[in-house]
Parts: sequence; C-alpha cells; structure tokens
Amino acid sequence: MDIKVNVREAQGDTYVVDLNGEIDVYTSPKVKDAIGDLIDKGHYNLVINLEKVRYIDSTGLGVLIGGLKRVREHGGTVNLVCTNPQIKKIFDITGLVKIFGIYDDEDAAMKALV
Amino acid sequence: MNQPIAHPNRSAGLVELRIPSKAEWVAVARLAVAAVANRLNFSIEDIEDVKLAVAEACTNCIQHAHGSDQIEITCETDSDALTIRVRDYGQGTRPEAIQSRRVDEPRVGGLGVFLIRSLMDAVEYDVHPEHGTNLVMTKKVTA
Repeated sequence: MDIKVNVREAQGDTYVVDLNGEIDVYTSPKVKDAIGDLIDKGHYNLVINLEKVRYIDSTGLGVLIGGLKRVREHGGTVNLVCTNPQIKKIFDITGLVKIFGIYDDEDAAMKALV
Repeated sequence: MNQPIAHPNRSAGLVELRIPSKAEWVAVARLAVAAVANRLNFSIEDIEDVKLAVAEACTNCIQHAHGSDQIEITCETDSDALTIRVRDYGQGTRPEAIQSRRVDEPRVGGLGVFLIRSLMDAVEYDVHPEHGTNLVMTKKVTA
C-alpha cells in the first residue's frame, strides 16, 4: 500500500496536490510533508485532488485539517476534488463538508479559490 | 467413535489475526477483515465501513497503547452479523483517546473513535489502563 504524491503549479499562486492511492496511518506522513513543504514556501491556496484516492482514514483527514488550519492563518484555503462516494461519505459523517470546499472537478475547485 | 470437542464460545466462522503494532501493518488487518466480511452478504459500502472501522481501531492501538507490540484482531461471523474484537495489551490508554467527537471546527485528531461509532452498529470499549484495551464492534448484515 502506498500513496503517490504529485505537486504542480497551477494558475496564479495556486498549487495542486494530486494524490493517488490509499491514505492511512502509514502513508499520511508523506502527504503531510508535501502539503507542509508548500506552506513553508509561502503557498497558501491549495487544491488537493483526491480523485485517485481509494481510501482515507482519520489520520489522512487529520493531515488535511492540519493543512487547512495552517493556510487559513495566512488568509489562504484548501479546496478538495472528490467524487468517490465512500470518501465523500467520510467527509459527510465527520462534518468536514462544512469546513472544506469539496468539488467534483479541478476547474471548479480552482475557480472557488479566487 | 470420538465426538468432536464442542467450543461453545466459538462459532464456525472464527478468524484470528495478530499483527505487529506498527503503522505498516494496518493495511494487512483491514484487508484481511474485508475478506472475512466479503464472505457474508454485506454490501460493498458496508465492507468499506468495516475496513475503515478496523483500521481506526488498529491505529488507536498504535498511537495510544504504549508498550503493546502486538494487536489481536478476532472476527466472528454469524449469518446476519460480523463481530470484530481488537485487543491490545498496552498501558497508558487515556479515556479521551477513546472518546468520540464530531468536527465542528478544524482540529487535528480525535476522529477515529467517532468514525468507528458512526460506521458500526454496536461498539463497546473495555479499557484497563494497566492491561490494555478491548474493543468489540458489530456490523449487521442489512442487504
């Protein structure tokens, strides 16, 4: 089990983090490092693409929450791209749908940052 | 002719698994339990719920049960339910480690138990600060 992380610059000062695989207690530190590196470099508007994530647990959610808290301190935000019903269900029952912007595609997530 | 020994506490569908209390082994536990759940008439969504609940339970053991190097996972299947026991022998599990909460504002941590309680039909914790934690959770077949 592993997670592949790809970071790419998008329009303006927005960065997209593409995740592919499973995010759990073993793999979430890799995601945390990628998001943390972007924030450390002063990038506070992020889109995290979960389209190819097959599984996420509370440690993965914790990493996303931690990233959101950090960018909000600088006036930024984190938007998510997610259509997987099982993963959307996890965001729903934990109440995280009220905290994150969750969009069906990357374009919508990018536009919502502006 | 010798009669088979009866084990009144053991159902026919009993699967026991022991994993090291390390993050890299949690995937093994959740996939094994998913395979057990797949033998019942659970929907795919219910199997995903069981996978996540087991993973959260194992993660709690790893993060909170200090001094326990093994996690025991026992699955008992009936025709209409799957009961899973997750046991560690660690010390120092704090009550707040197994308290459930809902997210109303961003805060890292504490979601695992909330997810377990949300995804499973019955959840019971037996916490002994000196002798570890025993979690028993049940998912009923609704399909």
